[in-house]
Amino acid sequence: MTDLLNKHSFVELGARQRARALLDSGTFRELIDPFQRVMSPWLSRQGVVPQADDGVVIAKGSIAGLPVVIAAIEGNFQGGSLGEVGGAKIAGALELAAEDNRKGIETRAVLLLETGGVRLQEANLGLAAIADIHAAIVDLRQYQPVIGVVAGSVGCFGGMSIAAGLCSYLVVTREARLGLNGPQVIEQEAGLEEYDSRDRPFIWSLTGGEQRFNSGLADRYVADDVAQIQQTVTALLQQGVPAQPRSRQAEYYLARLNALDATPQIEPATVRALYQGERS
Amino acid sequence: METLSFEFPAGQPPKGRALVGCVGSGDLEVLLEPGTPGTLNIQVQTSVNGAQLRWQHLFERIFQEHTPPALNIDIHDFGATPGVVRLRLEQGFEEIGHD
Amino acid sequence: MRGLQWFNALSTGATAVEGLPASLKVADGVLGGQPVRFIAVVTDPDNRFPRARNGEVGLLEGWGLAKAVDDAIVRGDQRPIIAIVDVPSQAYGRREEALGIHQALAAAADSYARARLAGYPVIGLLVGKAMSGAFLAHGYQANRLIALRDPGVMVHAMGKASAARVTLRSVEELEALAASVPPMAYDIDSFASLGLLWETLSVSQIEQPTADDVARVGDCLLKAIRDVDGRDLNGRLGASNRAASSHVRQLLREQW
Repeated sequence: MTDLLNKHSFVELGARQRARALLDSGTFRELIDPFQRVMSPWLSRQGVVPQADDGVVIAKGSIAGLPVVIAAIEGNFQGGSLGEVGGAKIAGALELAAEDNRKGIETRAVLLLETGGVRLQEANLGLAAIADIHAAIVDLRQYQPVIGVVAGSVGCFGGMSIAAGLCSYLVVTREARLGLNGPQVIEQEAGLEEYDSRDRPFIWSLTGGEQRFNSGLADRYVADDVAQIQQTVTALLQQGVPAQPRSRQAEYYLARLNALDATPQIEPATVRALYQGERS
Repeated sequence: METLSFEFPAGQPPKGRALVGCVGSGDLEVLLEPGTPGTLNIQVQTSVNGAQLRWQHLFERIFQEHTPPALNIDIHDFGATPGVVRLRLEQGFEEIGHD
Repeated sequence: MRGLQWFNALSTGATAVEGLPASLKVADGVLGGQPVRFIAVVTDPDNRFPRARNGEVGLLEGWGLAKAVDDAIVRGDQRPIIAIVDVPSQAYGRREEALGIHQALAAAADSYARARLAGYPVIGLLVGKAMSGAFLAHGYQANRLIALRDPGVMVHAMGKASAARVTLRSVEELEALAASVPPMAYDIDSFASLGLLWETLSVSQIEQPTADDVARVGDCLLKAIRDVDGRDLNGRLGASNRAASSHVRQLLREQW
C-alpha cells in the first residue's frame, strides 16, 4: 500500500483519495459516507450492481485554511455517470455552500470531474440533477470561486461538461478530455466522416486538455501531479471570483464565431487562432 | 445480478471499519464493519450470475488459513477474478487492523 | 416546427428582438396585460453550422440564447421570460466539439439561471422535444415547467438508438425497461411522475394551435408566472419517484 501513496499521480487516485489529497491534512470529513449506504434506488432493479457512495464523494475541510466543500466523482464506477443520488449529493452540497455564504460563512467549492454525464439507467433523474448542479454553481459562483478540475482518465462529458463551463475556473491536465458529446455518440449521429470515434489522436487534438487550454476554454494546464494540482487549486481559491466568467462572454464568442469561415471542416489550429489570436 | 449470503465462524469484532475497492470493471467494493462476536456475515451483490459455489469455495479457502474477525462484510462485485477478491479482502483486513 | 408555431401564436403583436442568430426567435410582447419576453430555438436551413440546421441547439444558439437573456437582465425590469421548448437535441458535430459547444450551452444555462436569481420569473413551455443538453441550455433553468400533453412532447437524456447502444441493450429491451422504470421512460406522464413539471395541459391542435389553445396556454403561463415564489428550483422536489433527491439533501443538511 505504501507504494501507491508514494506516487504523485493524481489521475491514478480514486475519488476519495483525490479529495483527501487536496484538503489540508487532517481536515477531510466526508458527508453521507459509504457506510451510510445511500445507494441508487434505480440500478439494482435493473440488474446493475450499485456502489455504496453512488460514485460521488462529498467532503468538507479546508484548503490553505479556507473553508471548502469538494465533490469528487469516481470515474471507475459506471463511467462516472451521474444518477439521482450522486447528482443530488453534488447539487445539495453546492446549495448548502451558497446558503453558507448568505449566512456569512465563506464556503468555496471544488469539483473533481470524471464523468460521462447522465447515467442512462436513471436518465431523466440524472438530467434533472445536472440542471440542479448548474443552478447551484451559478448561485454559489456569485460569492466564491467554484473550481472545476478535469484530471482524467474519464474526462468530462455530457451535461457535466456544461457544469465545467460554468465554473469560475477550470483546471485541466494532458490526460483530460472535455466535450459535450462523447465520440461514439457523435459518430452515430453524424457519421464516420464527421467524427471517427476510433481515431484517438484526432479526438485528443480537438478535445484534449492541452488544446482546451490553448484555446482559452480552460484556465490552467497542469501536470498530472498531486502537488501541482493542489498548489494550482489553492492559488485559484485565493484569487477569489473572476471579473467575468467564461460563460458570461456571449458577445465575445458570438463575434469570434462570426469571424470564422465555417464552410471547411475545422482544424485544432483554427480554434486556437480564432479564440486566442486577438487576446493579449 | 445476484445477491448471495454467507456465514462463517469468526473471532472477536475489530474496532474499526474499512472500505476498499470500487465497483469498476473486474473490481469489487468491500465494506467491512464490526459484527457479532463469533460470526462473519458476508453479503455479496454480483454482476455474475450462478457463482454461489465459487464464492463459497473462495471464502472457505481464505478463512481456513486464519480465523477471521467477526465482521459484517458487504461486497459489490463487478466481475472480479478470485485473485482480485482475495486481494481486496486482505487489504480490508489489513486496514481494520487485523490480519 | 411546433416551437415556431407556438412562438408565433403566443407572440402575436410582439416586438421582435433583432441582432440574434436566425435560429433564435425572440420577441417582447404582452400576455394578459403582463409584459414578457418569448424565446424559441427554431430550424434554420441556412445555418452556417450544418449540424445545427434542424432546430438543434449548437454554438450560435447557445451563445445567442445567452445574449437574448442577458439583454433582458440588463434592462432590470424583471419581465418574465418564456422559453418555448421544441429542441430535438444539441448539435452533434466536429465543429461543435472543437469550438466548445459545451461552453456555449453553459452560457445559455448561466444566463437563464442568473435571470431567475435576479427575480425574473422564467417559465419553460414544452411543446415538442426537450432533449438532453439542448434542454439544459434552453428551459431547464426555469422556475416553472409546463408541458403540453402529447406523444410528441418528450424529455430525455439521449435518443433511443444511442441510449440502447451505450447501455448495451436492444431498443426493444430499452423500451421494456422504460415501461417499468419511470426516469427511463420517454413519455410525458412518466416524466410528470418525477415531480419536475409544474403543470401539464392538453390542447386540441398542438401542431397548429387554435385560438382557444393559445388562450388556454397563455392563461396557464400567467398562472405559472404568478405562482413563482422563490428564486431556486426547490419546487421540483417532493415527488415519490424523486424521493432520494430530497433524502440526500436532508442528510447533507444534517451532516453539514
